[in-house]
Amino acid sequence: MEKIVLKNVCKIFGDHPQKALKLLKEGKDKDEIQAKTGSVVGVNQASFEVKEGEIVVVMGLSGSGKSTLVRCINRLFEPTSGEIFVDGQDVTKLSREELRQFRQQKFGMVFQNFALFPHRTVIHNVEFGLEIQKSDLSVRREKAEKALELVGLKGWGEKFPSELSGGMQQRVGLARALAMDPDILLMDEAFSALDPLIRRDMQDELIEMQQSMRKTIVFISHDLDEALKLGDRIVLMKDGAVVQIGTPEDILMNPSNEYVAKFVEEVDITKVLTAETIMKKSQDVAYLTSDGPRAAMRKMKNNAIASLFVLDKQNKLHGVVFADEVAKLIEKGEKSLESAIHRDAAAVSPDTPASELFAVMQSISHPVAVVDENNKLKGIIVKGLLMAAIAERGGNI
Amino acid sequence: MSFELPRLPLGDGIEAVLDFLVHNLAFATKAFSAVADQGIRLMETAMMAVHPIIMIFILTALVFYLTRQRGVTIFTFLGMGLIWNLGLWSATVSTLSLVLVATLIAISIGIPIGIFCALNGYAYKIVRPILDFMQTLPAFVYLIPAIPFFGLGRVAAIFATVIFSMPPAIRFTTLGIKQVPKELVECADAFGADRWQKLFKIQLPLAKTTIMGGVNQTIMLALSMVVIAAMIGARGLGGEVWRAIQRLQPGAGFEAGIGIVIVAIILDRVLQKLSKS
Repeated sequence: MEKIVLKNVCKIFGDHPQKALKLLKEGKDKDEIQAKTGSVVGVNQASFEVKEGEIVVVMGLSGSGKSTLVRCINRLFEPTSGEIFVDGQDVTKLSREELRQFRQQKFGMVFQNFALFPHRTVIHNVEFGLEIQKSDLSVRREKAEKALELVGLKGWGEKFPSELSGGMQQRVGLARALAMDPDILLMDEAFSALDPLIRRDMQDELIEMQQSMRKTIVFISHDLDEALKLGDRIVLMKDGAVVQIGTPEDILMNPSNEYVAKFVEEVDITKVLTAETIMKKSQDVAYLTSDGPRAAMRKMKNNAIASLFVLDKQNKLHGVVFADEVAKLIEKGEKSLESAIHRDAAAVSPDTPASELFAVMQSISHPVAVVDENNKLKGIIVKGLLMAAIAERGGNI
Repeated sequence: MSFELPRLPLGDGIEAVLDFLVHNLAFATKAFSAVADQGIRLMETAMMAVHPIIMIFILTALVFYLTRQRGVTIFTFLGMGLIWNLGLWSATVSTLSLVLVATLIAISIGIPIGIFCALNGYAYKIVRPILDFMQTLPAFVYLIPAIPFFGLGRVAAIFATVIFSMPPAIRFTTLGIKQVPKELVECADAFGADRWQKLFKIQLPLAKTTIMGGVNQTIMLALSMVVIAAMIGARGLGGEVWRAIQRLQPGAGFEAGIGIVIVAIILDRVLQKLSKS
């Protein structure tokens, strides 16, 4: 389901927008139009859509028009031309009053420099949207308290914003947007003003919240790492125009032009590659109930490997056995693998980044098991596989 | 051969306009008269209702309550006591009443104009030169048109005072609202606030300190003007000075002048404290 659809949205700042618009449609570039008309092209015929429950990161360098584009969605800036549909309604056709209602119902916005009201306490800041909607004080307070709790600031309501750290202030900003329970969150460089450690925490928390909230989020960022981490899809902008739209993988693997390629060149590939994309999905394993030492040894011989993961009937990982120890069991004539199983087999979740895999693999002599949240085996990774995956994508090993 | 440029009849024109206004704005001047006159009467009656000594104690307590500063409080007590001792009590009450009424009128007109100018760029472009004009024109000049409108007396004095002291109320209000960070106003917009919600929940509270600074200036200008307005019958402390000038009594003139200084210092300290908190 498309929640937001933008069609050919243009935004031109200046006195002669129509003249500039005409030149723009003729394919003239930004600098030429500015020289001829004095108008500045903010957004140049941008089109993309955002699905319900999706995080789309609009990314670009500063001045690329990303903030302008997002402000067109809730018409903080009037788009010069083009259509913007939210839930099928053309936002550009709304009257002043309808627009106000629409903003109250659909959009929550989080700002780069927090934009907290310094004269209001934290709780009054969070309540602001509800106050605008003229909801009852008791309802308002309850929802605001809940939103504060959600962002981990329970009990801070009576403080003033100036008494809080940057990270906490932005939590308040987020709570203020969430308190109205809008369908859509517009986040304008929401974490850019925070220091790197706090920023990472906030990103993690947003991802975690999103698991249960399922909001439609348009997130603006100039930081590719952030975009790759948060975005289900990424919209890359340059000079006001959309250059490429795609999943983080798409953008990295198939940059559509020089500009995108330049942009992604800097990325540490090991942060983007995850265990799931690297792992080998089919492999022989030993089953706890049916395979004895001899069966296990045969499987290892067939695959020319020195270790084997042991699973139960539900494919849950129990441990790992090594060829030399299995051989001893066979010598002793044991019927069961049990005594040779190492329960502490290294296992990672599918979304573990490659950079962390290195550390895990350094200290063990068997492959890494990739397991889901129920401990079921999804695949395995051997060192060679990891190296190959990174080399293939041009990263530094 | 001499050639004389005809003199432009600027003064005649202004007089014609004033004449026109005097005849056609009678309803407004009458309303203003009623408000101003009643206001002063009320203030004076209230302040003269009790014995000066009791009033001095009340005022001292009020100053302490507002400022919480020992120095200002003691100064108020001693200063007021001196004024009473010099026999200037009723003149002081009269001056204070004039100042307060004129200020109330000035800010209740000035602040809304200031708000309007802040929200409407065109209005500000028109109002600003008028404000410059109002502030640079010598204060005495305002006294002259006040007379045809209201005749000699306190109401004319208040009128001149209001005109003279209003500009800072307008200017500071506009400035205060314009200084509210754009991001905060944008945020209010993003949450769907309407014009009034934005004004009362965000812009005015954040502009409060600046607006109070304007009110402070308005009061100080009003005080200086009511002294000058003694020339058209404002009485009060200014009236005492004016009389001393006419009778060439430097002693009495200085006594009244010191009274004015005392009132000015007290008002300034209290207002500074108020606009800071």
